Amino acid sequence: MQSEELIPAEEFCIHHHIDISFIYSLKDSGLIELASREEKIYVPLAELSRLEKMVRLYYEMDINLEGIETISYLLERMNSMQQTILQLSNRLERYESE
Amino acid sequence: MEFIDYYKVLGIDKKATEDDIKKAYRKLARKLHPDLNPNDKNAHQQFQQVNEANEVLSDPEKRMKYDKYGKDWQHAEQFEQQRQSQRSRPQGEQYYSDDSDSEFSSFFESMFGGSGRGRKAKYRGQDLNAALKLGLTDILQTQQQTLAVNGKNIRITIPAGIENGQVIKLKGYGAPGVNGGPAGDLYITFSIAPHPDFKRTGNDLFTTVPIDLYTAVLGGETMISTLTGKVKLKVNPETQSGTKIRLKGKGMPVYKKEGETGDLYITYEVKLPVNLTEKQKALFKELSQLK
Repeated sequence: MQSEELIPAEEFCIHHHIDISFIYSLKDSGLIELASREEKIYVPLAELSRLEKMVRLYYEMDINLEGIETISYLLERMNSMQQTILQLSNRLERYESE
Repeated sequence: MEFIDYYKVLGIDKKATEDDIKKAYRKLARKLHPDLNPNDKNAHQQFQQVNEANEVLSDPEKRMKYDKYGKDWQHAEQFEQQRQSQRSRPQGEQYYSDDSDSEFSSFFESMFGGSGRGRKAKYRGQDLNAALKLGLTDILQTQQQTLAVNGKNIRITIPAGIENGQVIKLKGYGAPGVNGGPAGDLYITFSIAPHPDFKRTGNDLFTTVPIDLYTAVLGGETMISTLTGKVKLKVNPETQSGTKIRLKGKGMPVYKKEGETGDLYITYEVKLPVNLTEKQKALFKELSQLK
């Protein structure tokens, strides 16, 4: 992983006014991946959007870690179901046009 | 401009305490927040109204003004205009935001001024939607394209095998945030135009290939077109019309799975000869007597 693809976790916390322990809790729950370089913890760029969403869930909507875990799982399932629906509707269109 | 009953929006009564407002807002945010309702414009719009209601009712000063003038907000405007002229400030400056992308209703802005002024809260910019039309052959390989959205050129990567109707989110490419809040996201919906010869179902392609009666009966070879070029196929003797064969790996690439491809299904359609000569007719008659 290239260095420009990593954001120092401390910087992220300062920017979002959050405690770093929150990020560690997310990591411990397996909700995000962190990277470490020379004893410093970094947030990979690919995880940024997911992490920001979890910050909003926790701090803005008062949802606890267990809730975030459940929501993440359900959103993934919803996304996969939406893909299936899309594929099925395309398939149905094909049969209807015949 | 319509009057918005912020109490109704949050489902609380006028005597609601700060704690009640907070609870009501959080309850609705958990239901309508864009993070929990991806691609749901309706939820997004409702959430903006909830956000606006919370912005007014959770601020004692704004709540007082809303409670005093809310039902008859035009008077509030007159009141503000009067107050403004007393301070010898140009009319209108205080009431309307220059930010045409504001996420707040015109009702809100007429009462509390532009969304970008005098408020501490940061808000995420509006999500934008764009549509991109492509052909089947355009998505055989991952490619990059430059899109012009809101006057900005955005270079995007279109993964091979993208599905018709699939939406890709480009984080931060939406409208700019309010008060230094993050920009919204850009959602691109891909529309894959139907191909005249190939029908697509998931990663597989389907096509019909005509073969003449003689090849169908006696067997032989036929040249067929795939999306990636021509392929010579062996036709077995006594092939029936409607026979299906599968060409492995000649379908569409599997989305975000490099090297994996679907299959191409070919249906043979036996074409009967027309405009037969007398000799051909005689031979067919002879054949029919051999049954």
